[in-house]
Amino acid sequence: MGLLTFRNVWVEYGDKVVLENVDLSIAQGSFVSIVGPSGAGKSTFLRLIIGQEAPTRGAIDLDGEKLRAEPGPDRGVVFQKYSVFPHLSARDNVVFGLDCAGSPLLGRLTGGRRRKALEEADAMLAAVGLADSGDLYPAKLSGGMQQRLAIAQALIKKPRILLLDEPFGALDPGVRLDMHELITGLWRDNGLTIMMVTHDIKEAFKLGTRVLAFDKRRRDPHAPHRYGATAVYDFPLDKPGAAIPEALMAMQEKPAA
Amino acid sequence: MRLLNVRPRGGLAVLLGALPLLAAALLYLMASQARHADNPRDKLLPTPAAMVEAVQLMAKVDPLTGHAPLVVDTLASLERIGLALAIATALSLILGLGLGLLPLLRAKFGPLVAAIAVIPPIAVLPILFIVFGLGETAKIALIVIGVTPVMVRDLAAHVAAIPEEQLVKAQTLGSSTWQLALRVALPQAMPRLIDSLRLSLCPAWVYLISAEAIAADVGLGYRIFLVRRYLSMDIILPYVVWISLLAVAMDVTLRLIARRAYPWAYPERGR
Repeated sequence: MGLLTFRNVWVEYGDKVVLENVDLSIAQGSFVSIVGPSGAGKSTFLRLIIGQEAPTRGAIDLDGEKLRAEPGPDRGVVFQKYSVFPHLSARDNVVFGLDCAGSPLLGRLTGGRRRKALEEADAMLAAVGLADSGDLYPAKLSGGMQQRLAIAQALIKKPRILLLDEPFGALDPGVRLDMHELITGLWRDNGLTIMMVTHDIKEAFKLGTRVLAFDKRRRDPHAPHRYGATAVYDFPLDKPGAAIPEALMAMQEKPAA
Repeated sequence: MRLLNVRPRGGLAVLLGALPLLAAALLYLMASQARHADNPRDKLLPTPAAMVEAVQLMAKVDPLTGHAPLVVDTLASLERIGLALAIATALSLILGLGLGLLPLLRAKFGPLVAAIAVIPPIAVLPILFIVFGLGETAKIALIVIGVTPVMVRDLAAHVAAIPEEQLVKAQTLGSSTWQLALRVALPQAMPRLIDSLRLSLCPAWVYLISAEAIAADVGLGYRIFLVRRYLSMDIILPYVVWISLLAVAMDVTLRLIARRAYPWAYPERGR
């Protein structure tokens, strides 16, 4: 029994089928990379887990309970951009999650409880390498630092799953490598379960313990929208950094029809 | 060098900005002098001396009424426009946040706000006079009705444009709808609300002066329309300048407040 299970999940918009028959189980503590050509339902798959969308058919369970079709604190998320609040300092961005939990009415802790929360936030900022940037607004942070902040902000809620939607897609190659190190370290040290959508197959195999490739299994040339995508390849990797199968490299080249 | 790359700096920029104003003043002085050379009793383009004298008279306490017209006019007008703008801003904040954030409210009240926004406010003035009488309420209501719909729609559009990623992120951090409105949408709406209030100052003054011109017994707009009967340009012109100065002062104050309170919205001046 996995942490997150998909049982025969379909997503349809009218007569357009986006995802068909997704049947998967994600084990706790795994680092799942999700790859596939554009339009193959990677993002829809992630939106399902976040709760931005509900399956048309089938069921998704988290921890043995039906997943609510609404974002919640059990699922942390880092997007490619717009993940942090521009009007809050880095420290306040991280404390936000604790503020919400501790103060339903004001959305902001006060006094001793706030001091304790700030200490916790500072520790989290230090863990992602932003110890000296707590007072800065996001606009003053580089792209890589903003993503570090977004990760710290999500991790302070200790989510059951951390979802990453092309988190390093907009970063320079060098910064990317630093971020790979950071996320691998955080994943190992905190026993996180991570699901990451990426365009970069090398990144997927470097970081993941399991790689899911989404694509259409069947194609109807006269009505391409009638068949949806699903996980056509599912590679369990014994350890991160395994060799990339050639079939997958070929898939990267062509778009989903 | 291309024209669009020529950037005036420092003293030159100030000088360039001042020149047209100085030229206009000079032009007025010359025209005024020319008219007075023809007719020393000319009322249309009064000399600066005559205007100073008129202002001094208006600023002096009138023994009949017990107060200075310029002072009571200013206070009455500022009270009206201040109260109206406060009401309009509060309404815009609540409605703008609600419409921008909640699809349910947008579906229910969006068309109503859009319909109200196209009614020319001055056309409603007779209705306001009939309903509220000729007192303060009708004048304040006119300004509120005139500026609120535009401010509501502007703020609602701004709030609705907050990236969905941010809203999802806030929810994954455990934020309720109320907390999200209070801690994510409200602070990001405030600088925009202040900007939109600044843009509303001009229409607000138009509505105020129109309402005062039609039915009032005190106020800056009342006074200039009153003395119009005597062709008292020596009072009207300084009053117009005074109204402009008040409007500019309000605008500058609001700008300062926005930059002080929301430094993150103006990154070049932020920390």
